[in-house]
Parts: sequence; C-alpha cells; structure tokens
Amino acid sequence: MDAKTPVLGLSHLTKRFGKVVANEDVCLDVYEGEILALLGENGSGKTTLMNMISGIYFPDEGEIYFKGEPVVIASPKDAFSLGIGMIHQHFKLVDILSATENIILGMEEKPDLNKSADRIKAICEKYGFDIDPYKKIYEMSVSEKQTVEIVKVLYRGAQLLILDEPTAVLTPQETEKLFEVLRNMKKDGKSVIIITHKLQEVLDISDRVAILRKGRYICDVETASANVQELTDAMVGHSVSLNIERPEPVNPKKRIVVENLTVFDEEGVCKLKDVSFTAKSGEIIGIAGIAGNGQKELLEAIAGLQQVDSGHIYYIGDDKSRQELIGKDPLEIMDLGVSLSFVPEDRLGMGLVANMGLADNMMLRSFRKGNSVFTDRKRPRELAASIVERLEVNTPGIATMVRKLSGGNVQKVLVGREISTAPTVLLTAYAVRGLDINSSYTIYDLINQQKKAGVAVVYVGEDLDVLLELCDRILVLCDGQVSGLLDARETDKREVGYLMTNLRGEAHAQ
Amino acid sequence: MLDFLIRFIPRAVGQGIPLMYGSVGETITEKSGNLNLGTAGIMYVGGICGVIGAFLYETGNKTLNPFLGIFIPLGCCIAGSLAMGLLYCFLTVSLRANQNVCGLAMTTFGVGFGNFFGGSLIKLSGADVPSIALSKTSGLFSQKLPIADQAGWFGKIFLSYSFLAYAAVAIALIASYIIHNTRTGLSLRAVGESPATADAAGIDVIKYKYVATCIGAMISGLGGLYYVFDYASGVWSNDAFGDRGWLAIALVIFTIWQPVHSIWASIAFGGLYILHMFIPAGTNLAIKELYQMAPFLATIIMLIITSIRNRRENQPPASLGLSYFNME
Repeated sequence: MDAKTPVLGLSHLTKRFGKVVANEDVCLDVYEGEILALLGENGSGKTTLMNMISGIYFPDEGEIYFKGEPVVIASPKDAFSLGIGMIHQHFKLVDILSATENIILGMEEKPDLNKSADRIKAICEKYGFDIDPYKKIYEMSVSEKQTVEIVKVLYRGAQLLILDEPTAVLTPQETEKLFEVLRNMKKDGKSVIIITHKLQEVLDISDRVAILRKGRYICDVETASANVQELTDAMVGHSVSLNIERPEPVNPKKRIVVENLTVFDEEGVCKLKDVSFTAKSGEIIGIAGIAGNGQKELLEAIAGLQQVDSGHIYYIGDDKSRQELIGKDPLEIMDLGVSLSFVPEDRLGMGLVANMGLADNMMLRSFRKGNSVFTDRKRPRELAASIVERLEVNTPGIATMVRKLSGGNVQKVLVGREISTAPTVLLTAYAVRGLDINSSYTIYDLINQQKKAGVAVVYVGEDLDVLLELCDRILVLCDGQVSGLLDARETDKREVGYLMTNLRGEAHAQ
Repeated sequence: MLDFLIRFIPRAVGQGIPLMYGSVGETITEKSGNLNLGTAGIMYVGGICGVIGAFLYETGNKTLNPFLGIFIPLGCCIAGSLAMGLLYCFLTVSLRANQNVCGLAMTTFGVGFGNFFGGSLIKLSGADVPSIALSKTSGLFSQKLPIADQAGWFGKIFLSYSFLAYAAVAIALIASYIIHNTRTGLSLRAVGESPATADAAGIDVIKYKYVATCIGAMISGLGGLYYVFDYASGVWSNDAFGDRGWLAIALVIFTIWQPVHSIWASIAFGGLYILHMFIPAGTNLAIKELYQMAPFLATIIMLIITSIRNRRENQPPASLGLSYFNME
C-alpha cells in the first residue's frame, strides 16, 4: 500500500446542514488503481461526503487534496477539470437527448456529434461497454442509462469515479457486467469509489472498505481480510444478527388465486400476460423481475386499483368460499383484509401524504370507520405512537410531516400502518428499497411475523439474495409473463436472474 | 384567385407577424423551463414604450431623422420588454415565485400599463378620437422593399413588407438554428428539460434562464411594436391589441416548441384572424361573428391534437413551469 500514491485525500471534512451534522471530521485516502467501497447505514453521510468531492456541496471545514495538492472544489465543473466524476443514484440525464448529446452536455468543446460519437465508441471498446451513441435516453433501459453516465465521466477524462449505489437498479447479470467494466478501469489505473448496501457486492468488487457511521469515519479494512459480519457490526455499531428467519409455512391454505390475468395499460401496451399463481396463507411468495416488468400492475390488480382486461382473481375465505375480486371496489377488497403497501421509487408517491403528520396518515386507513360525523382522532394517534415505538421510527413527534422523515423511517411508517390493519393478505413492493441493513432486517422481521400469523404475503423485491432467503416460493416475471415459479429453498441466484431476462421456454431449454 | 391571394396574403402576414414575434419569444423562454404567461402583457408594454418614444420624438421635431425615428421607438420597446423580462426572472428564478401566477399578474399589469400611458398620451395630444396617431414614425416603420411595386404579384405577396416583418422571419430561423445546432442551444434545452442535470454538467442554470427569458421578452415586445407602427399605421388605441398575446402562447404549443414552424403557423393564424373580412358583403352578421371565432376555435382544436400526440420529442420541456432549487 505504501508504494501507491493517494489520488484523493480528505482531511478533517465537516459538513453541517443547519443543526444537523452530516459529516464530521472525516479523513480518507483513495489510492490509484483501487476500488474503494464506502459502507454505512442510511443517513450516515456517505452521499454527502461524495457530493463534497464532486462539487455539489462545499465542506464547512477541512481540506481536499488531489494528487497531493490542496484543491478547492466549488462546483461540479471544478471536479470535472480535476478528473473526478460522480455517477448519481438518480441519473442526471436529459431524456429527450441522445447519448452523445448528454455526454457532451456542458463541455466547452465545439459540438461535432459524429466526432464525439466516435470517441464514445472508442471508450466503450476500451472498457467493454455496449451502447449506441445515437440512441435517445428515453428509449434506454436503466442499465444503458447507467452506462451513459459512466461513459460521460470517462469522456471527460475522469481519473476517479464515484458510483452511488450503482447496483440497486441492475439485474445480477448486469451487475456482473458493470463489475467487469470497473475491473477494467482499475487495470487502467483509475480509482473507483463505490457506495452500496449489498455486502456481498462489497466483498466481490472492492479492494478496501471504508465505513462511515453517523457522519463519522469509523475504520477501513482490506477487503481480503473482511467478512460480512464484521463489516455489518462496524457499520451499525453493535452486533447484528444477519440471518433472515424462514419458518416453515404452517398449514398453508389457498388465499388468492390468480388465473390467466392479462392487463393492458392506457396506451395499449401489454403489461401482464396470462399470469397465474396462488398465494397461500402463512407463506411468503416472492416476485422477482426487473423493475417495470408488471410487478406494479399485478399488485394493483389484486388490490382493485388496476383495470383488468381478462382473467380472474379469486379470494378464498377460511370457509373455502370463492369471491371474484375483479370488478370489486378497492374498498370492498380492503375490507376482505387485502392490504397493499407499495413503496415507489420516490417513496411518497403512493400510500402516504407527504404534507400530513404521522397520525393523520394513519387516519387515511381508518377515517371511514365509526358512525359519528366526526372522525376518530384518538386511535390513529395511538397507532402512530405505537408504530414509532415498535419500529424505532426516528421522528420528532407523531405530528411531524412525513416528508421531513428520512426514507427508511417513511417506509417503516407505511409498512407499519399496513400491518396494523391485521390483513389476511399483505401485498408489499420494494419494502426495503434504499434502506440500510438494520432497518431492512426490522422490516423482514415484521413480514415474518405476519407470515407466522397466517397472512398470505406477496413480496415484490429487488435484492435476489433476500428473496432467496426470505420467501418460500418465487414467481419470476419477465415482460409481464410468468417465466418461472421456483422453490426458494432449492433455486439459486443464477437461475432466478436468468429467468428475469428470459422467458420460460428458452430458459428450460438450456 | 390570384387577385384574392394578393389581397389576402399581405393582410394575413400583417396579422401573423406580431404572433410570430410573440411565439418565437415565448418558445425561447419556454426552452429554458420558464412558462412566461406574461407574454401578452410584455407585447403591450413593448408597443406602448415604442409609442411613448415616438410620441416624444415626433412632438419635439418637425421633421424626423429616419435613423432616430426608427431607433428611438425600437430602443424604447426593447428596453420596456427587457424590464418586463427581468422582472419576471427576478420573481420566478431568483425568488422562485409561482410562474403561472407571476405571468398572469404581469399580463394584467402590462395591459394596464399600456392603457394608462396610452390614455395619458391621448389626453396630452388633445385628439378628439380615443386614439393617437403617429403617422410620421409609422411611415418609417412601414416602408416596403423598394422593388416591391415592380415585381408584379410576386412583389405584392412576398416583397411588400417592412423590415420588421423580415426581421421576424430571420429571428425565427436564427433561433431555430441556435436551439438545434449549437452548444448554447444544447445547454438551453438541457436547462429546460432537467435543470439538475444541467447544473451537474457545469451549466449555469440561473444565467441561462435569465438570458433566455429576457431575450424572449425582447423579441415578444417587438411584436407589439410591429403591430402599432406597421399593422395599425401608427395608431394606438387602448385594448386594440386584443388577444394576440394569448394566441402567441397557444402557437408555441402548436409549433411543438420549434421556432421555425412558427413562420408558417403564425401567418396561417393571421389568415384565420382576418378571414371574416373576406366573406361576401351582405352576409348575415351572425355568420361574420362565427368567422371571427376561427382562430380561437383552431387554437382549441390544436391544443386537443397536440395533447394526443405522444412522441417524446414533441412534448413541452420537462421542467416547464417549475422553479429550480440549487440544493436538492
């Protein structure tokens, strides 16, 4: 390590937002040709720290050194000119422009699209990317967009790349491809800082791991000598049990039967085609698939929020009575005990009202109850208080507006409320999206408690490791069709990942 | 037929040019993500400022110096529109006030401003009709190309306009070229689509919004100036400019944010605007009223059509109407 020179040195960086300290006294070195993983819980200040390096925020205290020289990075432009490029979690691309136009955006050079496109192709070849420089961003898949972001910083001659949770949106195969590219960059002498919540990936790709906790730098470890348990403990600050429990389903009974469900969206695009499956009580059925392959429509169809074109959805009661859910009012479906908690990408889009307090958000579920013309405010308040306590929601009070809470806390409130209605069916999508390990495990526990209580859980998830550990069965969707129904105890990531991108027939031919 | 076209087209163009200025100016503004509904007011202010300048110059001098006679109203018009553009930017970009509300307020303000000073000038001039005529300045502004009369029907249809009319076409073409073919245009489109992206790419979002909106306002203001000194022959009467500002804003949508389309679309709209003058004499007045509805009906139909179209390139700039906060 001593032989290498630090490309980037951070010395005693501190950043405050009002009274909140986002980073305090952080010192960190990044060396040439290394991949450094930055680990930390939600709100531990990883992104803030990276934003200071890439010129979006300016540190209140401390200094940044680049190749040994102290530098001032006051704007993204300064960062570019030093050769620091950041790939944000939310892509910063203009949808209606082509890849090339996005890549040269804001650069001082004369625009010559064809020449730029040639340079882009050369970069792609060198590192093993695959993109069409003339393709418009809105026609691209998430992974292509990410590629454009990476090429963009390389085009500007970046020496140091910062990737903020790059794998959150990728399939395992795409992740593997990305890692291949990162390794090529490393060989080329570039340095990479990668932020991720997925510990397995940290171990796969990085040379060194730096851990932040509550805005402070805790330690750094050589990846070769690290293991998942140690890293988690250092990140959380105390020992955490990392096993997701998977109790055997007790007395599973059919609860929701979906038969040949087909859904077209408003523009006539087929979102679900001929989907059939059964969700049983006391069991978790996982739904895997690349985002946008029909998961949302499937859950909403069950909850009565989505227009269905053909097929059936039956709710089977304890007395074996069959009720058709299609055509029923969402309220009636809710009364049967079907509960939907969908965490969209922006977390607040569905389910909670950002400008209302916790207690008022609880009322969204209960305000119709009771016979009085006045709403019952007492019970929602009690419920909010109990969720805050049980799920350790970090909030100043139950009257605080939901939008002021951090993402993890918002999700706890949403999932907590849905569970509190004592559902018979719990539909949940992306319940741990963007959550750190600790909060994620709290949510897994909650879901497992529901399972033990005999609830039929439909769990749409992104992290395949978790799906494989948590669920009993996994339904894989590809392009709105069922490409496989697997026993989670027997399958593996490779198979699920394969089915996510290939339809059934082709998959089994392999 | 040719006879009809020779009478019809020049009038349609005369009606269309103010719309062209207004819509090109507004398109440039909207490309930066600012929805300036104050365009109607800005065109009023541009018109009345030109009138004030011309009035002061004309009443002080017996004979007009052709250069000053054009330069003074033109300068006043541009200065007035620029002030409106700056005001709009200050409110919506710097103070991040709601763009719709500010735009509407500025339209109300602009119309009132025009009527107030217009009324005052009418009083000052002591005219016995409620209007003020600046025929000498108008003479300078409405000079046709010298060869127009010798070129027969071609001259009448294509060459019989004043310099401001040709300038409008030139501005539309230049604006189109800049937006689609230059680095500045690329940055401008990025600012209107996604200011956060532009910011991260090192583009000065605030500067682009200010500059684009102010240039747009100045161009729109020229529409008012053209209306008074060329179309209306230098006669200002209150409220005569009417709804043209709103038509200009509707044209922006019709032209799917491409100034080059504004050239033919504005003239077509101008044609619809004057269609009622060309129905045979003696037709029932009610029918005439129906003809006068034509441009507004066309606006409604076209808004419906454009909202059905769903090609991504034809959509409004994605961040249109939204304020940009530097810190996410």
